[in-house]
Amino acid sequence: MKAKVLVMPKAAVLDPQGNAVRDAMRHLGMPEVRSVRIGKYMEIDIDGENGELEPRLHSLCRDLLSNPVIEDYELLKEKPAKRKRNK
Amino acid sequence: MKFAVIQFPGSNCDQDCVAAINGIAGLNAEYIWHKETSLDDFDAIVLPGGFAYGDYLRCGAIARFSPIMRAVTSDARAGKLVLGTCNGFQILCEAGLLPGALVRNRSLRFVCDMVTTRVEVDDSPFTHGCQKGSLLRLPIAHGEGCFFANAKTLRDLNDNRQVILRYADSRGRIVPESNPNGSIENIAGICNRERNVFGLMPHPDRASDARLGSADGAKIFRSMMQTISANSAISERTKQVA
Repeated sequence: MKAKVLVMPKAAVLDPQGNAVRDAMRHLGMPEVRSVRIGKYMEIDIDGENGELEPRLHSLCRDLLSNPVIEDYELLKEKPAKRKRNK
Repeated sequence: MKFAVIQFPGSNCDQDCVAAINGIAGLNAEYIWHKETSLDDFDAIVLPGGFAYGDYLRCGAIARFSPIMRAVTSDARAGKLVLGTCNGFQILCEAGLLPGALVRNRSLRFVCDMVTTRVEVDDSPFTHGCQKGSLLRLPIAHGEGCFFANAKTLRDLNDNRQVILRYADSRGRIVPESNPNGSIENIAGICNRERNVFGLMPHPDRASDARLGSADGAKIFRSMMQTISANSAISERTKQVA
C-alpha cells in the first residue's frame, strides 16, 4: 500500500515561512496572491494492503507525523495499481 | 542530591547542564543515555538543549519516543521535578508533559542573544528563590522557540499561574520589542498544572557562572534543590509520624 500524508499548520498558527513566500510571489509579479501556507507532504510505502493498517496509520499520523496542537493532517491512500492478467 | 541529564543523539547542552549543576554545592549531575529505561536513582531530571534526532520532522518529535521518555513521563506523573531547557522544552511539549507547542521564530531567523526574562511566579518549585517581578538575564539560541497555545490553553495557563517567565525589557516591561521569537504573550517558560515540570527556551545552564556573563540561571537549579530537600524533610517527618 502507498499512503500519502499531508500535514498543514492550523489556521490559528502563524506561518512566517508561508508569509515570506507570499511576499516574494507578490514581488515577482503576482500581486494577486492572497496567502501561502506551507506544510509537509510525505510518501509512505507499506507492506500489505489490508484494512487494519489504516487505523494504525491514523494513530501514527496523530502521534508522530503531525502535532495536533499546531497541525492538521490528511491521509490520502493510493489505490493499488491494477495487475496485468496476461503475465 | 542527584540530577539526571538526559543525552539524546544530537543533544549539545548536556555538558553545560552537568557543569552548571555540579557547580552548585550539594548537587551532583550524571549523564543518562536516552536508551536507558530507569531514573529511579535520581531526585530530578533535566532535558538539555540541542537538536535531538536532528530536529527531523519537528523539534522533539522523535526524541519523545526514546526509551528513557517512559521513565521521564512516569516519574513526572509521580511528582519528580523535570526541567527542560530549549530543545528539552520542545521535547516536553511534544511528549504532552507541557501544553502548547514551539514553532518557527516569527522572524524566521535563528536567534542567539542574551535576553531578559521576568519572573511571573515566585512560588514554583523552580523559581521560589527569585522574587516575583525580578529579572533573570539568560541566553537564548534557537530557531523554533515561538511558543504557541490555543485560546483555551492560554487562558488555563494564565488562570493557573503556569507562566513562569516572560521576555521583558531591561526595566521589566513586557513589550513586543523584548520578544525575541514571536512567542504568544512573551511567554519564555511554563510549568504544568501540577507545577513539577518546567520548560523554558532560555538556557539557565549557560548562565550559571558570573564569568559567563550571568549567574541568574543558577537560581533555578538552586530553587529545585531547596524544593527537593524541603519535600524529603516532609516525607521523613510523615514516615516518623506513621
